[in-house]
Amino acid sequence: MRRTRLVFSGSGGQGVITAAIILAEAAVIYEGMEATQSQSYGAAARGGATRSDIILSESQINFFGVVQPNILVCLTQEAYNLYSTIIRPGGTLLTDNHFVKIAKKADARQVELPMYESVMEKIGKPIVFNICVLGALIGVTEILRPDSVMKAIGDKVPKDFLKMNNKAFELGLAMAGE
Amino acid sequence: MKNKIRFVQGNEACVEGAMYAGIDFFAGYPITPSTEIMEHLASRLPESGGRFIQMEDEISSMCAVIGASLTGRKSMTATSGPGFSLKQEAIGYACMAEIPCVIANVQRGGPSTGNPTHVSQGDVNQARWGTHGDHSIIALTASNHQDVFQITVDAFNMAETYRTPVILLLDEAVGHMREKLIIPEAGELDVVSRLRTSLGRDVDYHPYLPREDGRLPMSDFGGEHKFNVTGLFHDMWGFPSNNPKVIRGLLRHLTDKIENNIQSITRYKEHYLDDAEYIMVSYGSSARSAIHLAKERRARGEKMGVLELQSIWPFPAGLVREKCADAQAVLVVEMNMGQVFAQVKAAVKKPSRVFLGNRIDGKLITPTDIKTYFRVLQGRGV
Repeated sequence: MRRTRLVFSGSGGQGVITAAIILAEAAVIYEGMEATQSQSYGAAARGGATRSDIILSESQINFFGVVQPNILVCLTQEAYNLYSTIIRPGGTLLTDNHFVKIAKKADARQVELPMYESVMEKIGKPIVFNICVLGALIGVTEILRPDSVMKAIGDKVPKDFLKMNNKAFELGLAMAGE
Repeated sequence: MKNKIRFVQGNEACVEGAMYAGIDFFAGYPITPSTEIMEHLASRLPESGGRFIQMEDEISSMCAVIGASLTGRKSMTATSGPGFSLKQEAIGYACMAEIPCVIANVQRGGPSTGNPTHVSQGDVNQARWGTHGDHSIIALTASNHQDVFQITVDAFNMAETYRTPVILLLDEAVGHMREKLIIPEAGELDVVSRLRTSLGRDVDYHPYLPREDGRLPMSDFGGEHKFNVTGLFHDMWGFPSNNPKVIRGLLRHLTDKIENNIQSITRYKEHYLDDAEYIMVSYGSSARSAIHLAKERRARGEKMGVLELQSIWPFPAGLVREKCADAQAVLVVEMNMGQVFAQVKAAVKKPSRVFLGNRIDGKLITPTDIKTYFRVLQGRGV
């Protein structure tokens, strides 16, 4: 039984939640899987640490909280400091080295990529940073087919911005392969 | 044609269920964590020819729902704890005047403004006794989006069948979480239409005269017939009465029309319940953690199961008694101080075997929390 537990973390406004929804939606709509996406939020969400839990599975998901993620994405130092210890031993930790300085080695495959800098250099719009992260995540972990996620992006993103988002996704995907 | 697969929040599953059931009027006032119900209906209803109104507060929303329902609309409002409190007087009016309507309460922490963005199941008793006076009520709940859809359709159907307000007792965790929803084709699920009188304009219509099967055909207010609607005890014409026979008859009718139909109203699911020695009784998002644990324990050969309630009021005491008869212990898993626990204890033959496994800090109860309760009640320590 294939079951992947993910935590996306960062700060409000980075598109962490949107990326989480797109990923889970791609699994359900385009790969016929089960998925749940949940988030904790409060009055202090904006600018503060934000977190979204995702479970992808081939069987029914009951409890939808993630205690020990197989895959952890941290997009701010605060999120990294808060969550890096919860990763399941042997899991994958994806960070952006523009935002996060890794303090110590966790028992995980640590992947640091210059996603933010690449987006700024090649696209120039920080708004698609989250989509680039999604691309890198798919490239690194291969949990879903890239075209499934591309289709889900197409469903969510306004038409005029689709090209830019696709470019960001491919940028991330390529970065993971390097 | 292929069913439509969607990836949505529980609140949107509720909206889809309402649309399927034929909702054509919504009035509300936004409040976390129910707002998405209102938000989606604001775009869906005008598309289908329905009406949507954002009112000035929760009280007026409930009153607008009552008025719209009387004119023949399938009507609904959605709210959370503080708003649910404000709606109580009008809910009582809807009970008394027998007006079909659906009130979704996506529960958050209370009392008062409490904990707006976090989960709770603290409004179970308020759903039953939030409004004053003897009355009966239907309250339904669900733990996953497919069931939220189905139970919303059921809520509209029961509101029409029994001419009563129906409370949809959802919670923040299910309301906000996203998962798969398959929207059934039209005709796949039963939808109960408004029972309208066949009497013509010139025939004397008695709005509160039940047919032989107990149902009361309605006439769209402002249409063919003139009649009175009041929150006072009333006779078959709808006019106020303090005749003791009328009062007793109406009060009995309001209770009996629901309590006597408990078998048709009861909704529940069994998970690994056959031969279970340890039974969890749960509902809403709590039930998901209970099912998670039962599945895990069954894999290890332990006889553990879950009775998931989807109708809480009228409380299915007979069902609970029957299903829990052979259990060594019954753990009621809920996120309050024991509101369903008290009902289960009163229902079973051996109340000393019933325990409360709760969580009340705004966090979703986890399978690990429940494991701890079992360790304690099995005498194994933590």
